[in-house]
Amino acid sequence: MNYNWDWLVFFRQSVTGEGYYWEMIARGLGWTVTISLLSWFLALGIGTAAGVARTLRNPAVRWTATVYVHCFRNTPVLVQLFIWYFVVPELLPAKWGDAVKQMNPALNQFLTVVVCLTLYTAAKAAEQVRAGIESVPASQTHAALAMGLTTAGVYRHVLLPQAFRIVLPPMTSDFLNVFKNSAVAMTIGLMELTGQTRQLSEFSAQPFEAFVAATVVYMVITYLVILLMRWIENRSRIPGYLGA
Amino acid sequence: MGYDFEWGTLLRAWPYLAEGMAMTLFLVAVAMTLGILIGTVLAVVRIFGPRPLQIAAGGYVNLFRSVPLILTIFWFYFLMPPVMRMITGDQNLTIGAIYSALAALTLAEAAYYCEIMRAGIGSVRGGQMHAAMALGMTRSQALLSVILPQAFRNMTPSLINQTVALLKDTSLVYVISLNDFLGAATKLGQRDGRLVEMYLFVAAVYLALCSLGVWLVGYFQKKRAAGA
Amino acid sequence: MIDIKSVSKWYGDFQVLADCSTSINRGEVIVVCGPSGSGKSTLIKAVNGLEPFQQGEIVIDGTSVGDKRTNLPLLRSKVGMVFQHFELFPHLSVTHNLTLAQVRVLRRTKQESLAKALHFLERVGLSGHKDKYPGQLSGGQQQRVAIARALCMDPIVMLFDEPTSALDPEMVGEVLDVMIRLAREGMTMMCVTHEMGFAQKVGHRVVFMDEGKIVDDLPVADFFAQGAAKSNRASAFLSQLIY
Repeated sequence: MNYNWDWLVFFRQSVTGEGYYWEMIARGLGWTVTISLLSWFLALGIGTAAGVARTLRNPAVRWTATVYVHCFRNTPVLVQLFIWYFVVPELLPAKWGDAVKQMNPALNQFLTVVVCLTLYTAAKAAEQVRAGIESVPASQTHAALAMGLTTAGVYRHVLLPQAFRIVLPPMTSDFLNVFKNSAVAMTIGLMELTGQTRQLSEFSAQPFEAFVAATVVYMVITYLVILLMRWIENRSRIPGYLGA
Repeated sequence: MGYDFEWGTLLRAWPYLAEGMAMTLFLVAVAMTLGILIGTVLAVVRIFGPRPLQIAAGGYVNLFRSVPLILTIFWFYFLMPPVMRMITGDQNLTIGAIYSALAALTLAEAAYYCEIMRAGIGSVRGGQMHAAMALGMTRSQALLSVILPQAFRNMTPSLINQTVALLKDTSLVYVISLNDFLGAATKLGQRDGRLVEMYLFVAAVYLALCSLGVWLVGYFQKKRAAGA
Repeated sequence: MIDIKSVSKWYGDFQVLADCSTSINRGEVIVVCGPSGSGKSTLIKAVNGLEPFQQGEIVIDGTSVGDKRTNLPLLRSKVGMVFQHFELFPHLSVTHNLTLAQVRVLRRTKQESLAKALHFLERVGLSGHKDKYPGQLSGGQQQRVAIARALCMDPIVMLFDEPTSALDPEMVGEVLDVMIRLAREGMTMMCVTHEMGFAQKVGHRVVFMDEGKIVDDLPVADFFAQGAAKSNRASAFLSQLIY
């Protein structure tokens, strides 16, 4: 193969003066981790709220949550990102729209990605939480109500603790997906890991090494996330309760 | 809001958008068909295969499931041409972006289809394999005639679900400037300065298509529950 | 016809079959019984190689089951097996269930297979159901179809693994009737079952197993007679059954 292998490329300086190539990777990784973790934790909060809302009896609340979940789960994340970045600023009231357009571009990109990723992931999390709540037998709710707990109390003390344990395994794959979906940030200019790798491959003319590095980093992230979730599963295991 | 909507652009752009949609549907059709085929083979290998192949198949699935699809698309876009040049010996060979996109989508989705089929094969009663073998069928005959048909029927809802996910994933070929539905809409929107209308339209169309898919999943789930 | 010689099997450290030896001659009907966990299902599945075993030998009509060179699918096509949970193929019609292996394994033509299928469906009394799907049949009907499916392969011996244990009581009789007729026509049969009435009607020998060992191997008359011919464990077991 007429390919000039050069695994030391990471220790070379970028031709565009951005520092060493490994620094580019590190910067990209920093953005990836920041965006992903921030979005994930926000999504857990919003997703739990939406998931609970889908199980409540009030039809207005339930329907709002259902429409939200359906719309955000059934459009591609890239399309959602473009709508937040290109469409929403135009549709906001004039003063807000201008404020957004005049924002520091990096901040604008960062906020857009976080908002998009959060709402997208929250919709998925909402479905998991809903499924988890619905798999707890209704008799548990009856017993809790019979004890005098309010609805909020029932959710807080009986339903959600059990629901979360049940859906921990599928939540793991949602958590992993956040890291993978963060790659769309590069399309609006936020150079997270994938974006940096692509730039690296073009500047250094060593695409193979660049992509291998990025692949390895993503696989390490995946491995760490799986380990973390397994640790959480073990810590939260209820003795004698099958599968939870 | 002070935005002046001009929905006429959609009508004028219609032919170009239709081409983009054709490309999207083409990508989905090919990636789904080949993906399910490859995924089924991988699943069979993971369950029945010789140990080294089992590990290799497992590694393949884990690799494609850990890495963002955008990165996979880049892998194939940047690295397929040099590799193909090396294989064919033709230094002037060019590979169209569409082939990289198809390869990336097919192989990535195959990893997900593999896990679905693994669950599907596992959902068939163990006694079925015994009964088939007791009649004198070999493992492969039993798989083809007895196990896989049942596995497919059991997993139809999940397979459709994954195909809906594939439909959404095809929008990522944007990063290699392939003219799928989203790509076509972007080009036109940028040319006419009407990104707002274009993107809202694109979102609505995807929403409609995916909703159709979700409805299909529900339909098949009800059919199975009724004891088909 | 079938020789089981000192067969032992372990699952990891747990010994599930311990030095089992018996034989079945042409035309004999052997009933294998014992408490649950005694290994009787494992033994019968070892006979046609569905359960491998680590020690001993099983020879069917001159062919050794455990020998690596044996063509197991070919051997299995001559040994019919009926399972506790029927195991009809749910995605195929009754007729297709009966013809599938004839065409694929015995390489018969479609017409031959169809003729055989209809013949045996008639024998088990279910001709009218030939186009139905297993899900549309009752348990007893499914089991009779399963017997017909095995018979279509023209087996030299039939193995039954608790054929009536999963049936509602009112359907047990229709399946036993088919098995009794089969026995009276001279089929060599090995049946794992609790149906002692069946054993007394057409059985030649009873093999009693406990904890993986063959404890008793007696002619039917001796097994059911009062007196000390059978072991104490067998007596205790029998007294718990209602027949």
